[in-house]
Amino acid sequence: MESSKTDAIISIIRQEFESEIVHIEQPYDLLTITFKPERIIDIIQFLYSHSELQFQFLTTLCGIHYPDQNQIAVVYQLHNLKTNQRIRLKIFLSADQPQVSTLTGIFSAANWMERETYDFFGVTFIGHPNLKRILNVEDMIFFPLRKEFPLEDQTREDKNDALFGR
Amino acid sequence: MRAEDSISPIVPPEEKQYSYLNLGPTHPATHGIFQNVLKMDGEVIVEAESTIGYIHRAFEKLAERRPFYQITPITDRMNYCSAPINNIGWHMTVEKLLGVEIPKRVQYMRVIIMELARITDHLICNAVIGVDTGALTGFVYMFQQREHVYEIYEEICGARLTTNLGRIGGFERDFSPKAWAKIEKFLKEFPEVLKEFEKLLVRNRIFMDRTIGVGGITAERALNYGFTGPNLRAAGVDYDVRVMNPYSSYEDFDFTVPVGTQGDTYDRFMVRQAEMWQSLSIIRQAIDKLPAGPFHADVPDFYLPPKEEVYNNMESLIYHFKIVMGETDVPKGEVYHSVEGGNGELGFYLISDGGRAPFRLHFRRPCFIYYQAYTEMVKGSMLSDAILTMSSMNVIAGELDA
Repeated sequence: MESSKTDAIISIIRQEFESEIVHIEQPYDLLTITFKPERIIDIIQFLYSHSELQFQFLTTLCGIHYPDQNQIAVVYQLHNLKTNQRIRLKIFLSADQPQVSTLTGIFSAANWMERETYDFFGVTFIGHPNLKRILNVEDMIFFPLRKEFPLEDQTREDKNDALFGR
Repeated sequence: MRAEDSISPIVPPEEKQYSYLNLGPTHPATHGIFQNVLKMDGEVIVEAESTIGYIHRAFEKLAERRPFYQITPITDRMNYCSAPINNIGWHMTVEKLLGVEIPKRVQYMRVIIMELARITDHLICNAVIGVDTGALTGFVYMFQQREHVYEIYEEICGARLTTNLGRIGGFERDFSPKAWAKIEKFLKEFPEVLKEFEKLLVRNRIFMDRTIGVGGITAERALNYGFTGPNLRAAGVDYDVRVMNPYSSYEDFDFTVPVGTQGDTYDRFMVRQAEMWQSLSIIRQAIDKLPAGPFHADVPDFYLPPKEEVYNNMESLIYHFKIVMGETDVPKGEVYHSVEGGNGELGFYLISDGGRAPFRLHFRRPCFIYYQAYTEMVKGSMLSDAILTMSSMNVIAGELDA
């Protein structure tokens, strides 16, 4: 990826949302911008409808739990299929009560992706038409992809972690 | 879930009564375990709601505890109709994270395997569309060919359905002469069968009547719903990861991306059919151009050394032990890699914190994303068309739930 292309994108975003940007990086050539969570939907709408950017395809939407910072990140990956430009947007929410506006108004695809993120991380997407669990059973009270949720039954005694790995 | 609970009650006109129908979770026509609650007016679907998660196995959570090589068998079980693509996609993600240079020969061998997998994936889908329109004959012919591909897998990795094929860095062994012979045999025999299958259905009046204009979706809606793969191309968008972001030397091969216009069942069928021909041509080119060289990259930290060296060489023994116990740390990083799976863009979003297992691994499963459009696509259509729409979208339950 040429750096001039990404520089152009960054400058367009900077012009409009300078105060919202927290961090910009490019791990493995994929432009990643961290924003403050409040106006993320406006930002994505801007990326969607801007005549030069046209990020009109939602590739992924998922959550990440950072237990040390007590934060949950929501990651949006958008793709401009005309110029083959990808962008990754991140927001960090407090893990105690993660809340963000829904993206379903722009992308229909966000519907189940947000339900999945809610299901596994407990992120509430405000304004989502049908925010309920999607893969897990409905009466589950945990959010299983959070790091504090044990992968195996912690009461097991027949398995010694010191011998068989973490 | 009870049928009545799932759909928000709409006040019906006084004299009208709707019936509710459970399509699934275990229904022969759904070809997988997922439920659709249909609100029916006679035989017409008024409203639908899908419930998924019946075979959810928490792969993303499992992956957070496993060393990288142990995640490969997990990926098998996503789209089990084209497991090698998932395996190789995962290997390539890890290789991208590690920054490993893969020999040309390995890349070409991977292309051969991935295209074989694409053929099996598409042929099952198309054969099943035939079954759902009432033509069982073609299905039997096509399934026999899938068997031949599975025999090729067997020759290469020993497994058939859930292949766990290849290693991080390449293949566990070079293809045997027997495997090459089987690939050649398949390349010779399959076109005949495929041609016969096309004769059976493509211009068949009944088949055309049943599929044209059924379950259509416009390109705009398809993009908005995150469609990828043959389903998106049937709607007329020529997005193919193999062309747009070539991986594993796909840029070396000459092939076209077939597109449809209507995005209906017939177009999806035809796009898959055309892609099988393209895949055959890619395999042919890859075999003809296959360079000589090693069948794996030089990544001693992740690629198991040969057994003789493990017994006779100190370094190899250490590497072997570290790999098997999963004690090799990987670089920190955040990487997204996608391949063109049987159903579309299969993506791996991997975050590594430098430990032995991923900090977070998210699978972009194309099925999961496009299946949510199903309720919109079947609204107002007949029940029998809804079943056809589902089979032509090629919804694989394993990929849906992960």
